[in-house]
Amino acid sequence: MANLEVSTFIEHFSAQLEDTDVASINADTVFRELDEWDSLTALSLIAMVDEEYQVKLTGDDIRSSKTVAELFEKVKAKAG
Amino acid sequence: MANFSIKNVAIKGISACVPKNIESNINYPYLTCDEIEKFISATGVEQRRIAPPDVCASDLCHVAADKLLNDLQWDRNSIDVLVFVSQTPDYLLPTTSTILQDRLNLSTQCVCFDIPLGCSGYVYGLSVITAMMSASGLKRGLLLVGDTLSKLVSPTDKSTAPLFGDGGTATALEIGETESPMLFNLGTDGAGYKAIIIPDGGCRNLAKTASFISKTYEEGVERNDYQMALDGMEVFSFGITQAPKTVNSLLDGFNINKDAIDYFVFHQANMKMNKMIAKKLKLPEDKVPMSLKYFGNTSSATIPLTIVAQLHNSMRMEPQRMVLCGFGVGLSWGAVYLETNRILCPQLIEI
Repeated sequence: MANLEVSTFIEHFSAQLEDTDVASINADTVFRELDEWDSLTALSLIAMVDEEYQVKLTGDDIRSSKTVAELFEKVKAKAG
Repeated sequence: MANFSIKNVAIKGISACVPKNIESNINYPYLTCDEIEKFISATGVEQRRIAPPDVCASDLCHVAADKLLNDLQWDRNSIDVLVFVSQTPDYLLPTTSTILQDRLNLSTQCVCFDIPLGCSGYVYGLSVITAMMSASGLKRGLLLVGDTLSKLVSPTDKSTAPLFGDGGTATALEIGETESPMLFNLGTDGAGYKAIIIPDGGCRNLAKTASFISKTYEEGVERNDYQMALDGMEVFSFGITQAPKTVNSLLDGFNINKDAIDYFVFHQANMKMNKMIAKKLKLPEDKVPMSLKYFGNTSSATIPLTIVAQLHNSMRMEPQRMVLCGFGVGLSWGAVYLETNRILCPQLIEI
C-alpha cells in the first residue's frame, strides 16, 4: 500500500524536477508557475504517480489542479 | 474482452520503405537548445524521415510491396486480398487500397479495402486480413500499413512536429498449416477520441476557410484545425496503463509463457512511454527493440518498421516468437502473439 502522506507526495513530486530548489516546494506550490514546468515534466509526474501509487493520473486531473496539494488530493481520491 | 485466435495463416515476409530525407530534431527551429535536448532525452526521437510533397503513405507502401512481391517471387495474380491501413490516405474517397491494386498490377479479382486506424492499425489490420483469409480460403494477402503524418502536423507545434515521421510497410501473408495460431487481444475506448484528433476536414466539421487559420494554444504550440492535435498527457497516461494491460490480457488469456518470447515490439510512441511500459511488464531491454531514435513515431507503421530496421537479420535467420502491441489514436489498442519461421525481411528501403 502506497504511503498516502502529503509530505511523501511532495518528495516524489520534487524528485521529478531537475533545476528547481526542492526545498522551495511545498503543498501550496503552484506547480505550473515553476520555471522548469512543461509538458514533459507533466509526463514524469504521471509516470511517478503510476509507479508510486498505482493510480492513473489524467491530463484533466493535472489541468484542473493548481497546487501540489490539489494534485495529491486527486491521487489520494483515486488510490483510496 | 476480445481475445481470439486465428489458425493457418502465416507471415511470409515484411518490408518497409521510408523517405531518404532526414530531419534532425537538433535543428528544430521552434525550441531552444536546452528545450530540444530535454525533448530528445525524454522522447528518444533524434531524427525523422519526412516525405516530400509528392510522396504519400501509399507510395511508400507501394515500393515496400513491390520489393516484397519480387523477392518472394509471388505472381501478382495470386494476391487475393489487399488491405491498406492508414490515416493518411491519398483521397477522402476512393479508398487507397483500390488505387494500389492497380499500381501493383494485382488481379481485378483481388479483394481491396482500407482500414483507417493509426497506432493500433498494424495489429488490427493483421487480425482482419488473417481472419478473412482463414475463414474464406483466400490464399494470399498483402497488408500495407503506413502513414505520412508529417503532412498533417503543424511545423510550429512542438507537441507534434518533432515527434512524427513518415513510413510505409508491406506484410505478405499466406494460408497454410502453421504450428501456432495468431493470438489476439483487441480493444477500444472511444471516450478518448479527442486525445489525438484532426478536428476539421471530415464530414463533422467540413473544411472551411477558418480551418486553415493558425491559432496559438501556448508558447510553441501553434496549429490550425486541419492539423493534428495531440493531448500528450492524456495519451501518455493511457499508454502506460493500457499497453501493459492488453499484453497481460493476451499472455494470461492464452497461457503464454512470457520468458519464451523472443521479442516484444511496441508501437513507437515516445521513449519515456515505451520504457515505462517495458518496465511495468518487467521485460529485459534486449527483447524490446526500439526505432524511435531514427524514425520517430510513424503511426501505424512503427511496428513493422521497427521489425525491419532492427530485427531483419533475426527474422530471416531464425524462427521467432513475438508479441506485437499497438496503442493510441481512437483510442484503440491491440496485441498479438505470433510465430514466424525464417521470413523474408529485406533491408529497409529508402526513396
